[in-house]
Amino acid sequence: MHIAIIGNGISGITAARFIRKLSDYKITVISAESDYFFSRTALMYIYMGHMRLKDTQPYEPSFWKKNRIDLLKAYVEKINTDQKELRLKGGNTLSYDKLIIATGSKPNKFGWPGQDLQNVNGLYSLQDLEAMEAASKNLERAVIVGGGLIGLEMAEMFLSRDIPVTFLVRESNYWDIALPEEEAKMVSDHIREHGIDLRLETELKEIVDDGAGKVCAVITNKGERIDCGYVGLTAGVSPNIHFLESSGIDTQRGIVVNELLETNIADIYAIGDCSQQSNPRPGRRPIEAVWYTGRMMGETVAHTICGNKTSYDPGIWFNSAKFMDIEYQVYGTVDTRLPDNHGSLFWQHPSGKKSIRIVYEKEGMHVIGFNLMGIRYRHEVCEKWIKEQTHLEEVLKNLSLANFDPEFFEEYERELLYIYQQQTGNSLELKQKRSASAVLQFLGF
Amino acid sequence: MSSNKVNNSLSIATPHPHGMGLGEKAGIGIGVFGLLILFVTMAGINLPSKTAFLTASILFMIVGTVIYARALYLKHPEGIKNNGVWFKSISNRGLIGWITGILLTGFYILLYWFPELLGLGKDGAANTGIVAFFDPLSKSLNGNAASQWFVYGTLYTVAILALGYKFILKYRHNKYQVIRTISVMFFQLGIAFLLPEVLQALNKPYYNFANMWPLNYYFFDGWHIKQLSASGALGLFMLVFGIAMFLLISPILTYFYGKRWYCSWVCGCGGLAETAGDPFRHLSDKSVRAWKIERWMIHLVLVFSTIMTAAVLFSFFHGSQQKYWVTKPIFTGIVIVIFGGIAGLLLLRPNYFRNMDKKAKVITFAITGLLIIASVVMFSLDKKNLFFIDAGKLRSVYGFLIGSAFSGVIGVGFYPIMGSRVWCRFGCPMAAILGLQQRFFSRFRITTNGGQCISCGNCSTYCEMGIDVRAYAQKGQNIVRASCVGCGICSAVCPRGVLRLENSAIDIKDRTTALKTIHISEDSVTLL
Repeated sequence: MHIAIIGNGISGITAARFIRKLSDYKITVISAESDYFFSRTALMYIYMGHMRLKDTQPYEPSFWKKNRIDLLKAYVEKINTDQKELRLKGGNTLSYDKLIIATGSKPNKFGWPGQDLQNVNGLYSLQDLEAMEAASKNLERAVIVGGGLIGLEMAEMFLSRDIPVTFLVRESNYWDIALPEEEAKMVSDHIREHGIDLRLETELKEIVDDGAGKVCAVITNKGERIDCGYVGLTAGVSPNIHFLESSGIDTQRGIVVNELLETNIADIYAIGDCSQQSNPRPGRRPIEAVWYTGRMMGETVAHTICGNKTSYDPGIWFNSAKFMDIEYQVYGTVDTRLPDNHGSLFWQHPSGKKSIRIVYEKEGMHVIGFNLMGIRYRHEVCEKWIKEQTHLEEVLKNLSLANFDPEFFEEYERELLYIYQQQTGNSLELKQKRSASAVLQFLGF
Repeated sequence: MSSNKVNNSLSIATPHPHGMGLGEKAGIGIGVFGLLILFVTMAGINLPSKTAFLTASILFMIVGTVIYARALYLKHPEGIKNNGVWFKSISNRGLIGWITGILLTGFYILLYWFPELLGLGKDGAANTGIVAFFDPLSKSLNGNAASQWFVYGTLYTVAILALGYKFILKYRHNKYQVIRTISVMFFQLGIAFLLPEVLQALNKPYYNFANMWPLNYYFFDGWHIKQLSASGALGLFMLVFGIAMFLLISPILTYFYGKRWYCSWVCGCGGLAETAGDPFRHLSDKSVRAWKIERWMIHLVLVFSTIMTAAVLFSFFHGSQQKYWVTKPIFTGIVIVIFGGIAGLLLLRPNYFRNMDKKAKVITFAITGLLIIASVVMFSLDKKNLFFIDAGKLRSVYGFLIGSAFSGVIGVGFYPIMGSRVWCRFGCPMAAILGLQQRFFSRFRITTNGGQCISCGNCSTYCEMGIDVRAYAQKGQNIVRASCVGCGICSAVCPRGVLRLENSAIDIKDRTTALKTIHISEDSVTLL
């Protein structure tokens, strides 16, 4: 049995690793991007000089040989599903028994004039990073378009090299399509604190050619012209599936898969950013381009391929990020605008760099979500509370169980109890301070 | 708006160098001036007023560092500051890094083996050079002329204080780091430097309460025991305290908090590594091969130091039956109890050691057995030496190889090449003992926060002990490693809030085996 995997990102590599743990199948991982698996989320740190490419590779080069995972540096141009054969750039072919497509995403381009000029790039691949690096020398200003996570990462990267940044964000606050207003404002303020020229409610209209095919300025929807030597396009990503046209594999925005991660064609699976769930679980979106879903799908598909049919269940939504110096964690449902049936307790530190938000269902008063800024909470504890529909008061009394900040850090759980008392008149006692033993007991160790 | 920024730098190492601000330049200038004064004295030039110039030198070094650190860190909001670490020649094993390494190594070679070149007066002769330069300070503290060790101790303390301040500013958003650093600064200045000097001034034995056997390898030397036992109640207290430290106090503290209570909160070697060594922490080797070498090397040093100490004591008690409460038969008894105890623990509590390598178990039995048999046999034959070799010789080989070459020359000299914890990781017998305790009898671990790890590698990169933290974190597994000194930097640099240093007794035997799933809500998926 030969399993071919297209893509050596977190999804493809996790699939390969688990197939190896579960079977003796021959495994080939194909990538045109890099020799070895690296953590895509760490690209920014290479540019900023925190790490070398080598440091972002979770496994040593000897790992692959030792685990008999063949790595093939090649670009797949076409899939011949009848012959079960991949056509590679340069004319070679590779046959497979089962195929996993894990080709990830590509940055969105929305048809802006000038979007294909030189020094106009997204930030997704190693090649994008190289392009950014090459353009950085003597760069006088970069304009970044799109107020999401990658946009802010890119801004932080340029800032680390003292390159001035103008950041165009369509929304009225940074990333307020995902963050409630208070949190979005906190981050917007923090972005300005770092000296980034943040332009809210501003969209890109046109990228201007310097006459030699390079960018020299952008024009915004407000008619302003901003001179710049680099434009970062970071208005989201979409599945990287253009090479599947006419392959017979069913695609919509992504490769359509059922909950076993099977495509419409037998023995072909799709996982990670490039896949689209035909029937996503409640509370989850059909395409979720985040690190851990790729990892979970890789693990899940490996079980299915090795004979133990397992459906993909990402569980309760969670995510995390870091906005410059402010860490962010979310567990469960935190809507940007609260629906009428949801209530929220929100506490913010006077510094404007820390906050805790607990969202609950008004009817049963059970907790459904946590949103943390500058404070770390414990995944398993939050998840257990949400899963078991724990009553808000029970959660508040035991809130210290969730605290995951380092020792000696200020604990703010009492503040939430105080806010709850203000809102309801009910006075609660915090049951205990944080303790690893209490957490282990709570989690049923 | 600086939109007309032009980069005139021809530097190859730095893709886009920062313009260094006036404050940073001034700080470096002042600090280097303080250092220059020291170099002038090293060159043998006699300065007119030693007191004034020494005060100036130390002040310049400290003030320069303070000005530099403030200019460097306070211009940005609080947060992790590792920008450009791999671009800078000093911290990416570039030319400046190598030059610094060679200079440091050279200084240590002079210090350990050619102190007279630093100006140490031989056979009662007056000091010259840099040692003489420190005479006034030494006299005011302990009443005697300086030795090369006094010069070293002073500079060591200045380095920990000044660069500790820099470290605190760098990690000022992280209270764990701030408190920990104040702790190492306190222990270095108060307990390791000033107190022993004051003790000497009062005609009491030199004693550093922050140091213990086997890191302090002369503790059980005959002259040291004689000196302490001849110093009345205080000396006796020092002797008992020193023994209680490694036999009782350190195992208890390590049980509760892990070896960090010592290695990154108290220890002087750790103190220098955490402060002066911080800019080099990422240079530690993370490979599996390095880990293998580490385990062999550090435990061999532990075995060597244990055998050496046992041999020294055995010979010491030979023929000194009347003078001490401990006599040769009692000492032989102690050897049997301690090493028999270790072997017995391995046999009777296998549960604690179920993750221990088989080879390691066999070797432990062999060594404990060897020590017991040797002491019983040699005692009954009434021999002076435990292993047919003169214990003094064994002791001086250890002192040369481990005490000087490893801990000093390689340990600090190689900071810019192999990272700041070379000695602690590969050579320190104390770290080895505490590490074994931490691995098998401690509540300490670093917890991974569910499925939040993104495998970025910051934790592994900035682990000064070369632990591949990410390898555990991305599996959702707790990190329980003998070598972890609990500095907490992995947790600090993690961008996703994944790591927390914790203590709990509940799962003490299962800290590592409790492999939590990444797929945390899928109960049907078996874990691998």
